[in-house]
Amino acid sequence: MKAKAFKQPPMLRLLSSAFILCWLFLAAFPFIWTLWGSFKVELDFFSKADWTNAVTGARTIAEHGTAFTNNGYQGAWVQEEFWKAVINTGIVCFFVVTISLTIGTLGGYALSRSGFRYTFWFLIAALIFRAMPHITLVAGYLLPFFQWNLWGILPTTIIVLVAINQPFTLWMLHSFFQKIPKELDESAKVDGCSQFQAFRHVIIPVMWPGVITTGLFSFLLAYNDFTVTSMLLSKENQTMVPKIASFLGTTQTEGNVMFAVAAVVSATAPLFVLVMFFQRQIVSGLTQGAVKG
Amino acid sequence: MLFKKLALATAIGLVSTNAMAECEIGARVSVVGNEFPAIQAVGAAAQECTGAEVTTNLTSEHQEINVAGMSGTPAEYTSAIIANSSIVALMNEDVIRPLDDLVAKHGGDLKPNQLITIDGKVMAVAFMANAQHLVYREDVLKEIGVEPPATYEDMLAAAKMIREKGIMENPIGGAYAAGWNLAQEFNNMYIGMGGEFFKQGTAEPSINNEAGVAALEMMKSLSEYMNPDFLTHDSNATSAEWKAGNVAIMNMWGSRVGPLRETEGSSQEVVDNTAIAGPMTVGGNETPATTLWWDGWTVAKNISDEEAEATFIAMMNGIRPDMLNEETSPMAVWLIDGYEPTPAAEGVFDAASRNSVPYPMLPFQGLMHSALGDELGDFMQGKEDAATALADVEAAYTAKAKEGGFL
Amino acid sequence: MKHKTFFWFILPTALAMLLFIALPIVSVVIQSIFTPHEQVLKVVESCDPFGCKETTSVDQEATQKLRDAKPLGQFAGLAIYRDRGHLAVDEVKAAWQTREGLKDFFKTINNLPFYRAMGFTLTFTFVVTPLLIVFGFVIALAVNSLHRHLKGLAIFFSLLPMIVTPLIGSLILFWMVDSRGIVGTALQWLFSDPNLSLKASTGYTWIMLIVYGVWHAAPFAFVVFYAGLQTLPQDTLESSMIDGASRWQQIRYVVIPHLMPLVTFVALMQLMDNFRVFEPIVGFNAQAHATSLSWIIFNDLGGETRALSSAATTSVLTIMGVAILLSPVLIRTWHDFKVKH
Repeated sequence: MKAKAFKQPPMLRLLSSAFILCWLFLAAFPFIWTLWGSFKVELDFFSKADWTNAVTGARTIAEHGTAFTNNGYQGAWVQEEFWKAVINTGIVCFFVVTISLTIGTLGGYALSRSGFRYTFWFLIAALIFRAMPHITLVAGYLLPFFQWNLWGILPTTIIVLVAINQPFTLWMLHSFFQKIPKELDESAKVDGCSQFQAFRHVIIPVMWPGVITTGLFSFLLAYNDFTVTSMLLSKENQTMVPKIASFLGTTQTEGNVMFAVAAVVSATAPLFVLVMFFQRQIVSGLTQGAVKG
Repeated sequence: MLFKKLALATAIGLVSTNAMAECEIGARVSVVGNEFPAIQAVGAAAQECTGAEVTTNLTSEHQEINVAGMSGTPAEYTSAIIANSSIVALMNEDVIRPLDDLVAKHGGDLKPNQLITIDGKVMAVAFMANAQHLVYREDVLKEIGVEPPATYEDMLAAAKMIREKGIMENPIGGAYAAGWNLAQEFNNMYIGMGGEFFKQGTAEPSINNEAGVAALEMMKSLSEYMNPDFLTHDSNATSAEWKAGNVAIMNMWGSRVGPLRETEGSSQEVVDNTAIAGPMTVGGNETPATTLWWDGWTVAKNISDEEAEATFIAMMNGIRPDMLNEETSPMAVWLIDGYEPTPAAEGVFDAASRNSVPYPMLPFQGLMHSALGDELGDFMQGKEDAATALADVEAAYTAKAKEGGFL
Repeated sequence: MKHKTFFWFILPTALAMLLFIALPIVSVVIQSIFTPHEQVLKVVESCDPFGCKETTSVDQEATQKLRDAKPLGQFAGLAIYRDRGHLAVDEVKAAWQTREGLKDFFKTINNLPFYRAMGFTLTFTFVVTPLLIVFGFVIALAVNSLHRHLKGLAIFFSLLPMIVTPLIGSLILFWMVDSRGIVGTALQWLFSDPNLSLKASTGYTWIMLIVYGVWHAAPFAFVVFYAGLQTLPQDTLESSMIDGASRWQQIRYVVIPHLMPLVTFVALMQLMDNFRVFEPIVGFNAQAHATSLSWIIFNDLGGETRALSSAATTSVLTIMGVAILLSPVLIRTWHDFKVKH
């Protein structure tokens, strides 16, 4: 940011810093509140008597002698074997991201390089596909999946998530590829490369910023999905989100909300590590002329 | 000495294998059902069978998957654990088989009242019961000097006194969350008022009548003593309110009484004073304003006879009398032979002994339930009057019932 | 690109979408114009642990005969589209004929589930989408001006609203805005109204859902815009500086035009997502005050007796709604496409 254009006058700088602080507070506060509350008992965290209990932990002290308890974590991880769900989520996320980026980049690249009219209609169709509410799609899968013995296993869920995520991936990558100058691969083709070789040697090295951003969204979709995973996975293959939902109880029986709260915090922790670990890649990926105009 | 030890060990081994070998099955068993602890216990007991694999998939999404999972040939699930509200979905789709032959062959331990028969055919075997009934705070009621209410009118009077004495601002609790819960409360109240949901023998709705209006008016009066957010309080939230000591009287599921008496997440004062009684009546009628529920298991139709037999044997093992022990007994109100009612079961037993009405096992009751849940919210918020709300319910139900081929 | 090359490149993704989205859509459309067969009812005696009584039941044999004759069900045409649960053609006509002024008409219409859901869905879509675009843009500008070491942290925290599982995220927020929760208490103090409850009134519930919608989706706009900002043509910016453009003018004439394609993209995706708003309604237990099309589908599929045809019809209506909503953007894309090729 050496360019003078980016030097801000002090007043604006102050304003912008104040704004970003406000936003970060708004964004992070519920999470920090949850993190803090996850070490309390339910009555404190959901403080139905007085919200200050959530800060001081009055009931937690009464029950456990200290203001912090790891009962929620112990219950979720040891008693309910939440780690299994974590592993399943890991598998699902890894394959969903890999597969959807692989076939998405191929498709997105083709769409951005072909000038025929059908590419437009293909993109529109993909958009309409995306409009379909997931819950209806999933309800339609159930019968055939049971019939063909595909229900309940991780690969089925992975493929379904990849497919559901394709329209978005295609649109996003298509617009990223459009920003990569056509001359690059055209000249490679003049040099005797096939389209695929041109893609491999010329486009792949410069496509990462777009792919990383798209990958981030694919990851979040797979990570947070509830509709598909709750209906298509059997109990032992469950991923984190349906597992968390199962802690909440049903109409006739009591659940354990604090297990869910502890699990939510645990579920976010690996993401924190991931973002911190990849932050340089993400930031620089985004920075290195992601969408060269 | 060594020999003696060995002999002893073998003897013990023999005894335990004997206990295990009682249940021997010859084909796969696969069970789908809800996930609460009582059903988990039944599933675990069924899995003790040897000879073939018994798998269970106990999840809160069971209702979304059981019909699909039993429709294929052969069906993925050989048994579904359901309740009186959800068995109709399986019967409507014709995916469960009559059990008469299997009951005759292997059903020796069953009590006659465990058999769910429809049109003379045994369609399910029930193993536990549930009902909503009164839960009250002994200390609070003592303070205002009234007996536990036997009618909803008494409940209102008690609530008024509690509020006037300044003990609690909103003394009545209730799972009035718009949707399933609210509809269920209406069902209770409407049955208590002596109403019938349908014209006998048809699927035509008949709730827009005096009993319906009276039921709604009573719910409205009760809601004035509830937390103003009552339309968002499901039974989880209502239980939590109870534990926090914000509520003194409520109509609650029998299956939730046990946890209300645990100090976990509650205070000693609340725990010690949580008392229960049978369901209340309303409008001077005798029938309690509640519904009786059972949970039971079924056997799939699209499976081989061997699998059906294995499933029946395994599920019978799941509900055999000696699966009841100190740990499993308090989990539910069991219908199994030899069950000794725990104190938490009093309310449900009282409901059953006073001729309460079972939740209707009708093919189209689910549609009525959804319509009630969707349309009554407006009335509870005071946006429309009772008759309009009920007319809306009938219209919404009629549209769905026509589409489903019932009308 | 040649047709053949294009085909091989696009095949995997096209196949995935064809199998898992296009085929289900076809079956949903079929389902929406066929209804289940007439159920033959009979009165039988049924017994349970609590006694025996006469109940109505479906005569499976008779119904099965009907089913075997026509496996798809009864052809209903557009009947389900026209019934009270969907477009409610007859009810709307009647309401128009018996109206006592427009207000009364809209009140009657608002009592019909489909139109009530549309009312909230459209409000939500058209309030949340612009707000989140503006918000995301400002955050992107602000984060972009941060020191490079702070950026990673700022990006992570900005992503949190998107990362925390909506199911639990809304549950926690739901408790925070409870009249005894921290946010609820703060608002009561702010408005000095001790009886203020956000959950008890329709208006506040809508505001709450809208605020949640913006909070949850702003990070998406932020990330996309932030990526776009990295490629601002520096020379254009500098020359505009030299020409004496103010900061505002730079944003107005250089930054915004540069980001315009991304704005279109974000608008496209978010209009669609907001039109399908669902999770916050469930998470906030808000169905008494606000419903949406997706929620109606969920409700139809989730009941004890599932209304498959009704859910299918609402799904088709949702797709049509999205198509109408996006048509201006699509027409523009079409023009761009034609100009380019």
